[in-house]
Amino acid sequence: MTDQIQQRILEEVADLHGVPEGAYNIRANGRMAGRNTTANIDITSKTEVSGIDIRIRPGTRNESVHIPVVLSESGMKDMVYNDFYIGEDSDVVIVAGCGIHNCGNQDSQHDGIHRFYVGKNARVRYVEKHYGEGDGNGKRILNPVTEVTMEEGSTMEMEMVQIKGVDSTDRKTKASLAKGAKLVVRERLMTHGSQYAVSDYVVELNGEEASADVVSRSVAKDSSYQKFDSRIVGNAPCTGHTECDAIIMGDAKILAVPQLEANHIDAALIHEAAIGKIAGEQIVKLMTLGLTEEEAEAQIVNGFLK
Amino acid sequence: MLTLENVSFEVQEEKGQKEIIRDMNLTIDDHKFVVITGPNGGGKSTLAKLIAGIEKPTAGRIYFEGTDITELSITERANLGISFAFQQPVRFKGIQVLDLIRLAAKKNLSAADACQYLSEVGLCAKDYIKREVNASLSGGELKRIEIATVLARNTRMSVFDEPEAGIDLWSFQNLIQVFERMRKSTDGSILIISHQERILNIADEIVVIADGRITRQGPKEEVLPSLLGTASAVDACARFYQGGDRR
Repeated sequence: MTDQIQQRILEEVADLHGVPEGAYNIRANGRMAGRNTTANIDITSKTEVSGIDIRIRPGTRNESVHIPVVLSESGMKDMVYNDFYIGEDSDVVIVAGCGIHNCGNQDSQHDGIHRFYVGKNARVRYVEKHYGEGDGNGKRILNPVTEVTMEEGSTMEMEMVQIKGVDSTDRKTKASLAKGAKLVVRERLMTHGSQYAVSDYVVELNGEEASADVVSRSVAKDSSYQKFDSRIVGNAPCTGHTECDAIIMGDAKILAVPQLEANHIDAALIHEAAIGKIAGEQIVKLMTLGLTEEEAEAQIVNGFLK
Repeated sequence: MLTLENVSFEVQEEKGQKEIIRDMNLTIDDHKFVVITGPNGGGKSTLAKLIAGIEKPTAGRIYFEGTDITELSITERANLGISFAFQQPVRFKGIQVLDLIRLAAKKNLSAADACQYLSEVGLCAKDYIKREVNASLSGGELKRIEIATVLARNTRMSVFDEPEAGIDLWSFQNLIQVFERMRKSTDGSILIISHQERILNIADEIVVIADGRITRQGPKEEVLPSLLGTASAVDACARFYQGGDRR
């Protein structure tokens, strides 16, 4: 089904060393390369557009869904719509990585539109890893759009990771939360070379006691560019926190735009943003432990993004 | 073991050159516990940094176990066997206490082995091993972790820059025990910069530095009596009750 390059990319983006357990749908170069459904998790292809519907039955617990995407043909442009219907009271893990191997001269691009409907009191852990490789001149482009609708008492933890090899990303994430819903986002990003990465969040807290915590940690190296734009809107008695913490290196540029909008007297919203280079004393401390300057820098960056 | 030969260190200031260390000659013998004391601003911390390679002398040579290390980097000196505990330990976002101890030990220690170093400095290891070395730790906790990294390195020469600074009185009592144990177990020399009478009291040798020069040097029995009651040998309790150490 998948070749060696594709398998290596699957390892990078989804920690997959073979066929995953539970439900999965593997997409390679725009085509389905494998699918499995379970008694509680159904995956069906869309008919009008490219993409899949993932339906998780109410009360499903301790199950996982893997939906990795691999692009290994240069010049491949792929656009998919994936809809997740997560039943009430379920507790599931969804892993949706995307990796591009481009050793040709044409750009490879994957644009995924993920829509989540998280039912009452359901819990979801969502992991999305982006990875690119290949020594061609063609660019590796990923533009994910994520829309999350959270019903009463639901919880969603999103881990978004893009550490290596993606030339251009424009990520848009929108979420709306009903009463008591809780959203936690942890984004980790590293850009190098002349990469470009924009991450844009809009989180609307619409119900009483809804809460959101959107935190990004990033490292921008060489002459790369990053923009982190995170807006939390409080429309009810709610709590919201957004934070961007970035290390800048070389000739990189970083723009952090945390925004808060309170439309209710009991909306408690906080934002924090910090951008700075690696402190010289951190490097010196690790050098006194016997690390070279380069090793010290790598340890500091790895720790920061861990 | 460590020899400073005519070492000077100057910095450029608005009013011109300022000499922090002036033509200093100092030898630290093997298996010695040496405490350097003296008034603030006298050049003690600069001396420690010159030994660790964080600063380079503007004149003179430094020898470590027969090797001229004057031009060697911090990393090279560390790998030859010089450890340095900072007066103000550095914080790292994301790096855990366990990571730092493993880096110090230069091996992938098990959590249990790493815990031993933390227990040694009086930290309940299981509460700390997974903590990040960040702003959530107090100054005293960081200081003890800093000392634990030097213990984990177990090198021939360990330099501590004011280990008592920022530590509360209770921890200070334990700190003395840490140094006493280290003195017995280490196969090398310990150099501590301190004003504390109790640390001076466990020294083999005391060096007094003022205005960039060594003003006195000799066995503890000879040097300490003349320092008692001065700022170079402060009683920990007195200083604590004056509020000086309550950071």
